[in-house]
Amino acid sequence: MNRALVFGVLVLAVAFPLAMRSLDQVYYVTMASRFLIYALAATSLNLVLGYGGMISFGHAAFVGAGAYTASVMIVEGLPSAWLAWPLAMAVSGLLALAIGAISLRTRGVYFIMITLAFAQMIYYLTISMKAYGGDEGLTLTQRATVGFGLDLKDDITFYYVVLAILVAAVYLISRLVDARFGRVIQAIRENETRMEAIGYPAFRYKLAAFALAGALGGLAGALLANQNSYVNPGILHWTESGKLMIMVILGGVGQLYGGIIGAIGLLGLEELLANHKIGWLAAIYPNYQQHSLLAVGLALLAVVLYAPQGIAGLFSRRGRK
Amino acid sequence: MSFTLILEQSLNGLQFGLMLFLLAAGLTLVFGIMDMINLAHGSLYMIGAFLAATLVQATGSFTLGVLLAIPAAAVVGMALEITILRTLYARDHLSQVLATFALILIINEVVRMIWGSDMPLSAPEALSGPVQLVPGMPYSAYRLLIIGVGLAVAVLLYFVVTKTRIGMLVRAGASNREMALAMGVNIKRLFTLVFGFGAALCAIAGAMLGPIFAVQVGMGENILILAFVVIVIGGIGSIRGALVGSILVGMVDTMGRAFMPALLREVLTPAFASAAGPAIASILIYVLMAGVLFWRPQGLFPARG
Amino acid sequence: MTGPLLEIEGLQKHFGGVVATDQVSLGVMRGEIHALIGPNGAGKTTLIAQISGSLAPDAGRILFGGADITRQPQHTRVAGGLARSYQITSIFKRFSVTQNLALAVQARSGTSFRFWQPVARETALEDEARAIAAQVGLGERVDAIAGSLAHAEQRSLEVGLALATNPKLLLLDEPMAGMGPDESQRMIGLIQALREKVSVLLVEHDMDAVFRLADRISVLVNGAIIATGTPDEIRVNPEVKRAYLGDEVSA
Repeated sequence: MNRALVFGVLVLAVAFPLAMRSLDQVYYVTMASRFLIYALAATSLNLVLGYGGMISFGHAAFVGAGAYTASVMIVEGLPSAWLAWPLAMAVSGLLALAIGAISLRTRGVYFIMITLAFAQMIYYLTISMKAYGGDEGLTLTQRATVGFGLDLKDDITFYYVVLAILVAAVYLISRLVDARFGRVIQAIRENETRMEAIGYPAFRYKLAAFALAGALGGLAGALLANQNSYVNPGILHWTESGKLMIMVILGGVGQLYGGIIGAIGLLGLEELLANHKIGWLAAIYPNYQQHSLLAVGLALLAVVLYAPQGIAGLFSRRGRK
Repeated sequence: MSFTLILEQSLNGLQFGLMLFLLAAGLTLVFGIMDMINLAHGSLYMIGAFLAATLVQATGSFTLGVLLAIPAAAVVGMALEITILRTLYARDHLSQVLATFALILIINEVVRMIWGSDMPLSAPEALSGPVQLVPGMPYSAYRLLIIGVGLAVAVLLYFVVTKTRIGMLVRAGASNREMALAMGVNIKRLFTLVFGFGAALCAIAGAMLGPIFAVQVGMGENILILAFVVIVIGGIGSIRGALVGSILVGMVDTMGRAFMPALLREVLTPAFASAAGPAIASILIYVLMAGVLFWRPQGLFPARG
Repeated sequence: MTGPLLEIEGLQKHFGGVVATDQVSLGVMRGEIHALIGPNGAGKTTLIAQISGSLAPDAGRILFGGADITRQPQHTRVAGGLARSYQITSIFKRFSVTQNLALAVQARSGTSFRFWQPVARETALEDEARAIAAQVGLGERVDAIAGSLAHAEQRSLEVGLALATNPKLLLLDEPMAGMGPDESQRMIGLIQALREKVSVLLVEHDMDAVFRLADRISVLVNGAIIATGTPDEIRVNPEVKRAYLGDEVSA
């Protein structure tokens, strides 16, 4: 995608809350923040899944670990985002380092399954944390504080913070994938055997990418907990990992903006179906809004079967012609 | 911890393990032969349970209802294979994971449209009470039935897979697809058949476990993960591995839940033990799986050479 | 400088009941082109895999430059100057020729844990990659995507990737596989030119190439070495004739 388009989208993203405020529709700003946070989570997964070719089926564990870390910090009276969010990244990153160190010894299907298994472990661990709500979850009395006169309780301020973090993260990844490290992990995706044979310890690079993606996922989790002022173990359920994978595939595997497009596409579709009555659909099936996941499923199936490159893939293919 | 308690929990573990085996057997065959990850396998389990509940209600007989549900679920499974899953065999694992994940969402909603979120299904009247297995130990008659059915199906499966021509083809396919192709097997029809067979096994498990858990939308999702844990531990494509893995997972999970809190209380403070016990119990099988994969990355009984 | 660069002592490898490598002992001298020949299924590729480090032997030792590398991981061996090429072309199909070769150069020039500077701007890597491309006859094709190259060009890139690691010893697994006569001649020329700087262990079915290039030849049959000697010795060795060469040499 070309620079002008990216710049245009960015301008729209910056102007969006102001427009919504003047229309008195701040609800949409809150919704957009949620979209952007998932965009960050999906983008972080895209680093391992898309660029690294590692089919991790447990990314929700890292998002969840970050969410819980940030929440616990608030509950324990340390609400500073400057402390809590880096800590959330560190916890998720280290968790990913440990899980990756074991999982990356396996291949193919076994890797998919072992990442899933580890995520399930973390899921059950959060359920058992009775001190922090167990399966009831944990309600936050406040959002994190950032100083500089910014108040994250204000939804528009929160939106801008999320947007800034997403832009920074995407810029970081765009640098990374074109740097030495990025070329190495993409080459490993392409042909791991040969990478070993020309002198790369593939495991180390994969593990580093896995841990980095985990840390970014943790940051997304921290933001999500603050956004909802609530966190529960459901955020770590395996279907959440599946949803993040859907976003990446939908948007485009190994495409810089794939995670963003996919997250907004999927959540937008969900939102549209669940909260906005569409006349012609209602005429066919009056109760369709109770079954919005059906349409999500159908859309996903269609993408997997007919557009394996995702939405971003459709764009870039057209662009190249 | 009395002897009867241990015996009772062992039976529970065996019962759960055998039902897991019914799911895992179909899953491991599909996995081994078609090299396909089918997350929608749990949905067939759910469909089987809903079909059983409906047919039991319609016929007024538990036995007849369940027996009818089995071929019905097989038909659904084969229809699914012919329409959608067949096109996924040649695709990579990622596409398979996503497409069948999409199927979970679709099937969940379709089931909800047809049946609503849940269905009543209870054990037959005659088996609702306990029986005295050994003096002083009452045990649910219905659970004994499940164990009986599970063992019978396991024996039948063993016979089909090892003694019949179709079973030989299936085994050949699981260990070497090219060889099966070279033998001129009508591979398309074999795949459809295996799928239908897997769906039938799912239906048995769904119908039998329905009265114990609940027949509801989403019931297949957690047990699906357990079935995957089983086949990964056992070795993908191996029926024997699936059996060993199922019993192992059924036992470890059941025993862990029953005894872990008490065991922990011996070494830890009661407060901590009661908090950590259930958690450790529920992650035991994942620890088991991670351990197995760490030392034997191909599972306990690798089917491929 | 003479003396053995690579020494293999009593190497053993079983797959289930099948003996793939049977008490193999072998030496490659500095500056030598040592050919390894044998019928299909003799275990040549398995032996290469063990020497290069992608497959662990059951028993035996591998010495490289005098040091025991039997337990070294593959990437460490590559860094030490031991590189292989593959019988079945194994390149980065979606990368350009330059990018392919630059990857191999990058592996030996500083850390790859660099996250910020675009690798495309590292002209040193690119220059060296282009030089190697020219060396293997791909000078005109540096910007082509590797997957779009003709078969013989992909074979050249295959060897180029191994060469780009700057090896002391090259393990070439059937570099001429699937090449036409002209292309084979060019590959022979390339290997000839290499002998100045690099020792070569050459697995090859093209007997013309083997007898023109090799200083010594070892014959592997059923996992065991049945003879080692100069081309002339091997040509007249009755055991070799019986076991393997037969009419191919007389033809």
